[in-house]
Amino acid sequence: MSAEQVLFWVFAVATVVAAGGVILARNPIACAMSLVATFFFLAGIYVLLWAHTIAAVQVLVYAGAIMVLFLFVLMLMSLSDQGPVMTFSAWRIAGVVAVVTVLAALVLVFRRLPAQESLAWSGDAARLGDFGTIKHLGAVMYTQWLFPFEAVSLLLLVAIVGAVVVAKARV
Amino acid sequence: MSHTVPTANYLILAAVLFCMGMLGVLLRRNALVVFMCIELMLNAANLTFLAFARERGDSIGHLSAFFIIAVAAAEAAVGLAIVIAVFRSRGTVNIEEIQSMKH
Repeated sequence: MSAEQVLFWVFAVATVVAAGGVILARNPIACAMSLVATFFFLAGIYVLLWAHTIAAVQVLVYAGAIMVLFLFVLMLMSLSDQGPVMTFSAWRIAGVVAVVTVLAALVLVFRRLPAQESLAWSGDAARLGDFGTIKHLGAVMYTQWLFPFEAVSLLLLVAIVGAVVVAKARV
Repeated sequence: MSHTVPTANYLILAAVLFCMGMLGVLLRRNALVVFMCIELMLNAANLTFLAFARERGDSIGHLSAFFIIAVAAAEAAVGLAIVIAVFRSRGTVNIEEIQSMKH
């Protein structure tokens, strides 16, 4: 096995185990911590996909900013939840069946994808060039993708104002 | 003989992650944990974008993932503000007890 295969399986299993912690843990703080672990392992997967920049952004924004926001909210509310973690009504069991069906369908489709070996980039530094570097991404973002970039900045501004207005005690 | 991990493996990992997030959204009772599971699903979408970006050698997938992260940040801010507002008026974040808009 090559290093990429070993790292892929290590990170994949760790990601799935940590995600299982998110949906199974009783304490919401434990869920949040599992989610942080999931984000870190996913960042490792992103590095394997030659997306170093996105991996760094993932750790900074997701594991950093968003999770701090979650933890702040969790600690603002003194949650003493005594009931069951999950509930299973007839509709929810139908939902679980639907989820399993979706998973089976996705896995079936993905397994039938034609393997495009010629376009696999890993381990070939010469062909890789500046793929996934911050220089290349920045050049594309500030030329071709300038409008979506500005739209996202506007969206973030609206979200800031909206969050303050909604969370304030009295407007 | 190639030693690289095929794109299908990354896609299957993304599908598993997405379905775990979906299970959490369907089954958990705490609104905050439901939010966390939505973040899981968004991450699965990111992983799909990045896997295809590597296969095609196209950095558009990276930019899409970047924008998804930005939108997820905005969504988390507004969503958590709504959760705080609901907690302030109802004293609970259990989604089974918050159903005044249901009927």
